[in-house]
Amino acid sequence: MSARIRVNGREEELNVPTVAALLAERGIAAGTRGVAVALNGAVLPFRRWDETPLSAGDALEIIRPVQGG
Amino acid sequence: MNDTLTIAGREFRSRLFLGTAGYPNQQVMLDALEASGSELVTLAIRRISLDGYSESLVDVIGDRAGLLPNTAGCLTAKEAVLTAQLAREALGVDWIKLEVIGDRELLYPDVEELLRATEELVADGFTVLPYCNDDPVTCRKLADLGAAAVMPLGAFIGSGLGIRNPHAIETICARSPVPVVLDAGIGTASDAALAMELGCAAVLLNTAVSKARDPVRMAAAMRDAVAAGRAARLAGRMPKRAFAEASSPQLGLIGT
Repeated sequence: MSARIRVNGREEELNVPTVAALLAERGIAAGTRGVAVALNGAVLPFRRWDETPLSAGDALEIIRPVQGG
Repeated sequence: MNDTLTIAGREFRSRLFLGTAGYPNQQVMLDALEASGSELVTLAIRRISLDGYSESLVDVIGDRAGLLPNTAGCLTAKEAVLTAQLAREALGVDWIKLEVIGDRELLYPDVEELLRATEELVADGFTVLPYCNDDPVTCRKLADLGAAAVMPLGAFIGSGLGIRNPHAIETICARSPVPVVLDAGIGTASDAALAMELGCAAVLLNTAVSKARDPVRMAAAMRDAVAAGRAARLAGRMPKRAFAEASSPQLGLIGT
């Protein structure tokens, strides 16, 4: 069985080595204004996306600001 | 007349803070923002759509106003703290409108969790503006924990019912060591004016403008109402009387 991770609550196959690679796959470059990431419940500053490996069972939250009151 | 509002050392000329949700379209939102004169707008933080990247709200607002991200939808202090930290990372803003709700239908604050989250976020260097009950004790506890302002509700979020307990709001204003921002419940301009007359430092509203028939016109009305209410507060209202007192002279009446 292949390694799996959760991205924004959705389970998917892990097929990239780092957080930066996962974001890049979705067209989000490190430092994109308005995007932030939490790995396993803690904020992961964008400067560390590149050096942070992903492993089976990791949970990522990728957020952005939207309209709100 | 110089009458700026200061919260955590930051000055505002406008005492109206505006939400960005629920407008007919983005242009109406921007036009309403301009008409309101507001210098601070609220945003929510949500999971990004992984299906495609659309224009960022941050770029749309640009330098038209400062950003006040919220923790809307959070049910626990833990969720709210992480949301605030993500907002800070995403926006480079350490101000947070702290919402921790205890009931998804009423969107009423969960005081225990709200106090806990306030304490944690203040310790983490945030300028915390908590949305809270119209309860003087809760407001005092929040201020004691380091909240930069307190934001009691006038009525349920999005209800437009106005200020249901004006005496409580007035009492909170009279006792609060930090600015009081009336948040939630405003339905129309007179509600905003009343908030200011009761002693609030500012008003935060969204739906009253975004769901008005003409949001841009209502935004201008809110701007005027907040200014009028503030001026009336500073002017000091006349005492209330139980009976009539003629304003015309009583001497020299014809036929006497």
